[in-house]
Order: sequence, then C-alpha cells, then structure tokens
Amino acid sequence: MVRVILPQHLRTLAKVEGEVSLEVVGPVTQGAVLDALEARYPVLRGTIRDHTSKRRRPFIRFFACEEDFSHEPADAVLPDAVATGKEALLIVGAMAGG
Amino acid sequence: MSRVRVLVGTKKGGFILSSDGTRKQWEVQGPLWGGWEIYHLTGSPADPDRLYASQTSSWFGQVIQRSDDGGRTWNPPGTKPEDLVGPDGMPKGESNMFLYDQSAETGKPLTTHQHYDGTQRPWEFKRVWHLEPSPTEPDTVFAGVEDAALFKSTDGGRTWKELAGLRSAKGQLWQPGAGGLCLHTVLLDQRQPNRMFVAISAAGTFRTEDGGQTWRPTNKGLLSQYELPDPDAEVGHCVHRITMHPSRPNVLFMQKHWDVMRSDDGGDSWHEISGNLPTDFGFPITVHAHEPETVYVVPIKSDSEHYPPDGKLRVYRSRTGGHEWEALTKGLPQEHCYVNVLRDAMAVDPCDPCGIYFGTTGGQVYASADGGDSWRAIASNLPGVLSVEAQLVP
Repeated sequence: MVRVILPQHLRTLAKVEGEVSLEVVGPVTQGAVLDALEARYPVLRGTIRDHTSKRRRPFIRFFACEEDFSHEPADAVLPDAVATGKEALLIVGAMAGG
Repeated sequence: MSRVRVLVGTKKGGFILSSDGTRKQWEVQGPLWGGWEIYHLTGSPADPDRLYASQTSSWFGQVIQRSDDGGRTWNPPGTKPEDLVGPDGMPKGESNMFLYDQSAETGKPLTTHQHYDGTQRPWEFKRVWHLEPSPTEPDTVFAGVEDAALFKSTDGGRTWKELAGLRSAKGQLWQPGAGGLCLHTVLLDQRQPNRMFVAISAAGTFRTEDGGQTWRPTNKGLLSQYELPDPDAEVGHCVHRITMHPSRPNVLFMQKHWDVMRSDDGGDSWHEISGNLPTDFGFPITVHAHEPETVYVVPIKSDSEHYPPDGKLRVYRSRTGGHEWEALTKGLPQEHCYVNVLRDAMAVDPCDPCGIYFGTTGGQVYASADGGDSWRAIASNLPGVLSVEAQLVP
C-alpha cells in the first residue's frame, strides 16, 4: 500500500483524518498515485492537478524520502520506499504569506 | 416569524448571520471552510434552503459547495446523503470543473483576450467570483468566473457549461483590471428569462436576449478618459457593479471605476448620476427592495486610495434615482476609518422596512433595519469581507 499525506485543507475537503493508504496498480509513479487518490476521493479532482491537462497546480509540491519530486515527470517511478509504504508521499501546499 | 439570513463570504471562510424579522439580535455561524477564500455565498430565491458557495484557493483551485438545508450541512454537488454514511462515508462530488468551450459549433468563439502587456492570451480559468441562482429553478445557477466568462449549471452545480457566445462580443479586446479579468455581476430579468446582463472588469456590460447564446456590448455613454485611449470605446470599461430593481428591468444603475451611471433603456445608453457625491469612485451599488428609485453607494476616495474620504465611512442614498445624494452616517465610524467595501459586499433584504447590509475589508458587517437611516455592526472582527447576501427565510 502506498501512503499519502495530504495537506490539512485537502484532508478537510475529503473528510479524511491522518494519512491515506492506497492500492496502486502497476508501477508506482506520481501519476498512478494521483489516479488512485482521485478515484478514491473524487472531491480531490482538480485540487492537486489540473482536471484535464493533469499538470500539477503551481502551489502544490510532492516530497518523499527527503527529496522534492515536484518537477519530476508524472510517469517517473517513485522510490521503492514509497512503493512499499515504508515512506509516505507528502502532498504539500507551497509556502506563502497572507 | 420569518427569519433573515445574511450570507458573508470572506478571505478566510464563510459565515452565516441569522436573526428574526426584528433584526436586532444576530447569531453568527462559521467559519465555514476556514482558511479558504469564499468569493460568494448565496441562496436560491426559489428555495431559501438551497445555498451555493464559491470556495477557492490559489493552492487548491475551485470548489463549489452546496447546502440543501439552509447552511447546516454542505457538500460538493454530486454527493448523495448516503455517500456520507458510515466510517468510509465521504463526499463523492468532484471539485468543480469549469472548461471553456472551444468547439466550432457555437460560432467560432474567441480563444484569446488582451493581456496587461498588450499580447493576446488564451482564456484560463482561475476562480468563480459570483453565483447567481435562477429565480424559479433551484437547480439552475449561473457562475461568473475569472478569466471572464459565464457558465450555467442546470443540475444544482454538479456540472457546468460555458455560454461561450459572450466571448464573441469583442472578447479579444477585454483586458484584466487590477483584480483580474473577472465576470463579477450577473443580473437576470425576472420577466423575460432569456434576458440577462453581465458586467466584466475591464470590459464593460453585455446583454443577451436569447438565454446567453448571443451577446452585445451595452456601454454607450460610458466615459473612461484616464483608463482608455479611446474614452468612449465600445468595450474596455472597468465596470465595478451593476444593479436593477426586479420590477423595472430596463432601469440599470452602475458604479463604474469612476462615475455612478444610470440607464433607462436596458443598457442601450448610459448617463451619469454622480451629482453631489463627495467622490464617484467606489465598488458596490444596490437598490432598495421596495423603492426602485432609491439607490445606495459607498464612495471611496480614489482609485489609488481605496478607503473612504476623510476617514468617514458613509453610505450615500439617493431617493431620486441619482443626482441628489444624502450621507447616511448614524452608527458608522466617522473618524479614522480606512476600510473598503468590495463590489459584491452590499445587499438588501425584502423586509419592511428594507434592511441594508454591507461588509468591509476590515471584517465588519454593518446592518440597517430602517432603509439606511441608522446602522450597527452585526459582526466586527471577521476576515476581510468579499461578499454579502441577504435572504428572508419563511
């Protein structure tokens, strides 16, 4: 199972507490994890990546294993530690003021 | 006794203020969706318990929320009550999708608008500024969005379709104001359902007679001598707000960037009614619920100083449809006040006497239960107010 940690606003929107565990079929890529996440929580469609282009929203970041995967292609395979659930994929709202 | 609900959208959440018909004691519910910008929170005239909210964030995009029980519970449209039951219960509605129509079948809609630097840019959805529910169908609602376009839903906000003909009304010349290229006002003619007006910053006002298929600019008489190279251009004017009394859909009032204007022919022509206002810059404008010639504005010092003149928060009322204005100050701060009142942040209720409400960028919501003669704060420390609506609930 892949573990995903959502930012607070998206946990509230999807009405989930704590982290999310997802079954991901096939290679564990960023895109595959987001597909699984959106299939389970339809309300998150459009909040992390664009509805149609599937591009990451500008103020969203993807972190795992103390690395930033935000600029990696959606079909790049994530580290084994994420695929096996040892480490979580963090979906993070970028820092900003106001 | 009937109740009054005041629906307040702020920069950090939504709030619902409720009172009985006397409008003396107010209960405050909220924040709803704390931390999100609630650009607009409004109710269906056909069903006061059907509420819609535009929940938006630069981080997480656009969500439409809907309540079917007067604001006690909310969910993205498309969620059924059974979806929420049990430990795995969760909202099943999608965060809403606003896709611009670029098909050829609607008559070659334009796909670019003018940008700040003079280049043409493709339309790109940013947020919903305003939701306008149908006066007769609770499931029908219009959305005015940024980049400027009009969308319609007939399934209670679950899916949206653009009325793309609007962008054919010289859309290539529209350009963003400082607040963005936003369609912020939608007026529905209750006597002729196919007739609508919209206002866009900075493009102007537009009218349709065929339910939104075709539109034409209705800006004749507007002058923007410091904002446009051609002061009386057909489009490009920074219209801040338009309003009408439902009984007289041909009489429109406008607060423009500068100038308060009036049309007596459904927008075909406009003339200035600023009269003795201390300044004719401002954002909101609204009409008394029972007196079609009584109009309210909140003058703001200038386009470079977005606060009231002399530090005095004054609503101005004209009982003559413009030209002659009186300052309404009783109960409003008359020194050291430097808040603004945004375009969607003023509303009236249909009680008798008519109630007037407005919210400020300083987080106060002021109410008058006597047509504006006297005011008091019914909420004082909210986040900056983006929108205010008032409902009478049987």
